[in-house]
Amino acid sequence: MSSAAVSAQLFFEIYHVYARYTEVLDDGPLERWPDFFTEQCMYQIVPRDNYDRGLPVAIMRCESRAMIADRVTAIQETMVFEPRYLRHQTSDIRIDQATARSVNVLANFSVIEILPNELPRVLMAGRYLDQLERDQHDAWLYREKICVFDSVLVANSIVYPI
Amino acid sequence: MDKTTEHRNRTWPNEGLGRVPYWIYTDEKIFDREMDRIFCAESWAYVGLSVELPQAGSFITTAIGDRSVVICRNHEGELRGFVNRCAHRGVKFCNRPYGTTKRFTCPYHQWTYDLNGDLKGVPFVAGVNGHGGMPDDFDLTKNGLQQLKVIEHNGVLFASFDSNPPEFLDYLGEANQYYFERVFDGRKLRLLGHSSQLIQGNWKLMFENIKDPYHASLLHVFLVTFGLFRADQQAQVKMDHTGRHGLLISRKGEQRASEATKDIQNLREDFTLRDSRLLDPVKEFKDSATVVMQTLWPNLIIQQQSNTIAMRQIQPRNASSFILAWTFFGYEDDDDEMVTRRLRQANLMSASGLVSCDDSEVIKLAQDGIATASEDHALLEMGGRDTEDAEHMVTETAIRAFYKHYRDIMGL
Repeated sequence: MSSAAVSAQLFFEIYHVYARYTEVLDDGPLERWPDFFTEQCMYQIVPRDNYDRGLPVAIMRCESRAMIADRVTAIQETMVFEPRYLRHQTSDIRIDQATARSVNVLANFSVIEILPNELPRVLMAGRYLDQLERDQHDAWLYREKICVFDSVLVANSIVYPI
Repeated sequence: MDKTTEHRNRTWPNEGLGRVPYWIYTDEKIFDREMDRIFCAESWAYVGLSVELPQAGSFITTAIGDRSVVICRNHEGELRGFVNRCAHRGVKFCNRPYGTTKRFTCPYHQWTYDLNGDLKGVPFVAGVNGHGGMPDDFDLTKNGLQQLKVIEHNGVLFASFDSNPPEFLDYLGEANQYYFERVFDGRKLRLLGHSSQLIQGNWKLMFENIKDPYHASLLHVFLVTFGLFRADQQAQVKMDHTGRHGLLISRKGEQRASEATKDIQNLREDFTLRDSRLLDPVKEFKDSATVVMQTLWPNLIIQQQSNTIAMRQIQPRNASSFILAWTFFGYEDDDDEMVTRRLRQANLMSASGLVSCDDSEVIKLAQDGIATASEDHALLEMGGRDTEDAEHMVTETAIRAFYKHYRDIMGL
């Protein structure tokens, strides 16, 4: 990623998108999660080994805002799991302005999971490899959000998005 | 009663096959016996796909039971397997999940093995300046790695700890060979990727889960909602003559309410996908089955649900946890559309699976419940008390058959 400086204004705008994104994932409502994406998009949670080797399988893959909305419905209506809270930490946001209306962003994430009657534990750590673009109202939306996690193993299940 | 005495008194409940005592999921001594008699024994354990070892010198590390093993191709391209433990001081010498190498060198004292697992070099074997060195009768050829037998059948690799294991096709049995070769028909495979879950439950709960069509028609609301798996569908449960391997075969139905769905409390008849590309299955196998879940003793589930095909390898860690290692694949001749279809349908599976997440969650909850009740037992009488094949899904017969074989092998 290039080290060209971006404006404080742009950094603030992008930072705000990431902060709002984690707020929706951690505190809800989950129905708002699809709103962060363009209509046609790519969202993936993928193990680092697959990503590095060019192996395409992800543990979660959505190719449109509609597919993301279907995932929300499944989580809320059909999937069976132990209740839990997640708390995302996003850090080291690096922005590369691609065009006037699009940016590439790298950021680190770690996610803490809290199950009933258990202490908080680290669920996942990794990085976001993202592309955002402005919609017609100039709001930033994810065109692509690839969550590459560093571990081989995941603990039991990844129910909620990263 | 202390733990040792308690262990000696372990006896299966008198009711027989319709009961499974909970101590088999919690007792570490039982776990140790399982490793010795089931995994590190004459069974053929799944260890990988041939496509993961493309050339001479390719290797993968995997596990049979709780033992780390290395599978590689030697310079002649032949498959070799050995335990990942240096003959010198027991160090787990290979710590990369995959790669290519000319030899294996233990990091501790640089004992070096060739791709056949034979010991080729010991530093300072003759001493330094006349001091030390190994005794004169030390023989490199007698200190190689512990060897495994490795075989390939239509692109799938199995390994055995036994020096004289059974013929693989005899081991598989006729019905299981047919369904195995339905997916592995000799076409070259295309590796799509891996993922692994550490599940907080006993490894046998995973096999029970796949051998149990009764649960799939109730727990997996997503499958039932979209007619991918329902209790009223045409289905078969088949075993080999020993009961150790199993097949669950079914055909896709429609998305509608019926006798088979009225008992499902959270069925969502009104749930339609906003993006139907997630479920866009096409017929690709010669018969009319849309789901075939094959369980092969001691560690493999072959999953074919619509167009998502995967190996699920069970790697027990201890009595209360196991790793479920998924390998997704297609065929080399898949077009781009088919590859994308498989990647989309993979959403049903693994750690975030719209379907299989239910299983990893419920297995943990089962272990949570069992953990404090080792003297109690499970009740397995759905579909009767026998171990016959069935032409419907409302049965636990394949679990009973599995435990019939398990008890023989374990002497329980």
